[in-house]
Amino acid sequence: MSDIRKDAPEPGEHYVDPAPFDPAADDVAMSAEQERYYQAGQWTIIWWKFKRHRLALWSGILLVAMYLIVLFAEVVAPYELHSRHTGHIYAPPQQLHLFHEGAFVGPFVYGYDFKLNMETLQREYVANPDKVQPVRFFCAGESYAFWGLFEADFHLVCPAEGGTLFLLGTDRLGRDMFSRIVYGARISMTIGLIGVALTFVLGMLFGGLAGYYGGLVDEGVQRAIEILRSFPTIPLFMTLSAILPITWSPVLVFFGISIILALLEWPDLARAVRSKLLSLREEDFATAAQLMGASPLRIIGRHLLPSFASHLIASATLAIPTMILAETALSFLGLGLRPPVTSWGVLLTEAQNINVVALYPWLMLPVVPVILVVLAFNFLGDGLRDAADPYK
Amino acid sequence: MLPYIVRRLFVMIPTLLVISAVVFFIIQLPPGDYLETYIAELQAQGESVDQGRIQFLREQYGLDRPMWEQYLTWVWGLLQGDLGYSFEYQLPVSEVIGDRFLLTAIIAVATVIFTYLVAFPIGIYSAVRQYSTGDYVFTFIGYLGLATPNFLLALVMLYFANVWFGTSIGGLMDPELEEAPWSFEKVGSLLEHIWIPMIVIGTAGTAGMIRRLRANLLDELHKQYVVTARAKGLSEGKLIFKYPLRLALNPFIADIGNLLPQIISGAVLVSVVLGLPTNGPLLLRALQSQDMYLAGAFLMFEATLVVVGVMLSDLALAALDPRIRFTGGRRR
Repeated sequence: MSDIRKDAPEPGEHYVDPAPFDPAADDVAMSAEQERYYQAGQWTIIWWKFKRHRLALWSGILLVAMYLIVLFAEVVAPYELHSRHTGHIYAPPQQLHLFHEGAFVGPFVYGYDFKLNMETLQREYVANPDKVQPVRFFCAGESYAFWGLFEADFHLVCPAEGGTLFLLGTDRLGRDMFSRIVYGARISMTIGLIGVALTFVLGMLFGGLAGYYGGLVDEGVQRAIEILRSFPTIPLFMTLSAILPITWSPVLVFFGISIILALLEWPDLARAVRSKLLSLREEDFATAAQLMGASPLRIIGRHLLPSFASHLIASATLAIPTMILAETALSFLGLGLRPPVTSWGVLLTEAQNINVVALYPWLMLPVVPVILVVLAFNFLGDGLRDAADPYK
Repeated sequence: MLPYIVRRLFVMIPTLLVISAVVFFIIQLPPGDYLETYIAELQAQGESVDQGRIQFLREQYGLDRPMWEQYLTWVWGLLQGDLGYSFEYQLPVSEVIGDRFLLTAIIAVATVIFTYLVAFPIGIYSAVRQYSTGDYVFTFIGYLGLATPNFLLALVMLYFANVWFGTSIGGLMDPELEEAPWSFEKVGSLLEHIWIPMIVIGTAGTAGMIRRLRANLLDELHKQYVVTARAKGLSEGKLIFKYPLRLALNPFIADIGNLLPQIISGAVLVSVVLGLPTNGPLLLRALQSQDMYLAGAFLMFEATLVVVGVMLSDLALAALDPRIRFTGGRRR
């Protein structure tokens, strides 16, 4: 034992390095990149992290594009929402071609020849190779009232003069499906946003109260959430929307439906807010604010909420697809929006029976944007959720 | 275990009571009651109104009495198995419903079983072979399943089932067996038809379940005890089934609380499209004609099904994981 201790200093004696002390000597110089990272704000880092999630980024871009279409639906759609083409009832989609008999013409469609099959009494449309109808771009077409404000007739694409352009076919009144889907986006894609905005208010209010006050308030909110969640959603949706008076105008019904959607969707958000608040209110900065005499409202609003705002945005994004699907389902059953309001769900009511699948399958096409948008919101939400906590 | 079961059963009672109050409140929300609509309709058609019958109905259901009294009468009736009176069909609700509760429950249970049977192997596969082609394919299908409105899927599947297998369109059994008493033949026909609604309703739930099982198992797979077991030379199959899977299974079973409401909601929509003799189509009709006691019976039944299902899953969980029994019920 004593052998080992031979080199150690005698008890009571301290070793002091004679060289002058330089506190910066051990610091490793930061690279420019590291410095940029450590000096960046929270939102900047979230953005950097989000960008790395490719799928989420592309979903975001797709959604921005879709909302641009929503803004300029009248310009994007080649036809008006309600314009009928009685000569083209249940016409199948017209295919876009580029070459006519080996020669390049640019995008064009072959016009249809219509004939009624006297045996089956079905309408038959045959593409006539002599009717070459080039698609026009940035052109004057059917006139419309832009957002009901002013008249215009500018379109991105129009059919050839005297020709037709039914890229996704027509419905039972000969209305262009593509145009109707474009207009339908306006309703379907905003109802989710309005619903989520309301959900946000309710979720923050109840979740905030439960999380900050705890105790009895918390118990009450928790039980309410539990009971609300033991109802299967669709029957409850159906019951509540059956309450909306039939005499209401379409706009009122639209808001009524979004309020119902919000009423049933807030528990998830409230739970997220509550559990975050429960842990955050124990943090030192919350105690500090309390000691300095800040009111509960100020502490929640100014200090606690901003520190998990990114989480909230992510969960809100994930709530939008549920709402879009619910609206589609309700309208499909005839309990949601009703014509003349046109949403994707309303369009799908046309595809309610099995004959449609067999004879006019293109009437089911409005489901494609539904799937795309729902997927995009899901991916975007996943990406946001991963990026929401950038310091992890 | 026994005290836990008893406590769990007692928690159910206030929950169901509050649910019944909410259901009653909702079915009373539309302005006026059915009788007013009914009288107005008869008068519009120029028919004489049978005052005696109206008076009888009004008294029997106490439509002239205050709200809380009506509620108590309704709940008291429910407890005795009296579901109220369907104004539209002019029959007691229980007769209008007939087999529908049973068939709805059968479909719900069949779908839960289907979901577990499909999600279990795929979830394990996706986690163990993470980032393999199979994993990507299943993830992709899963996302599609989440995003496709199931009523449309029902329509398309119905069409192809008819074209490829010649299954009769709509319904849960051959039309001639619908009115017949239950027999082996009827059950066989039911099994032949049930798979379409089962798959359609189950898709979304299965997709979600696969995602969660995969995530749970992935969390466990990288823990040290797995490495230790592997270092000791345990075969890969035995290792996964014996250790990480058991831990990942808890949320899987607890998930039935999310799954059941989802399945029952989905079933309503799909039944309307497929014309199944379950709750869905009749609930829709009842709502459209404001036949509120009928609608209330359906809502109450479906919520009860969920509450009971959640309780059963809690009990299964407690049986599997002894830790849960000792941490005072559902409180934090």
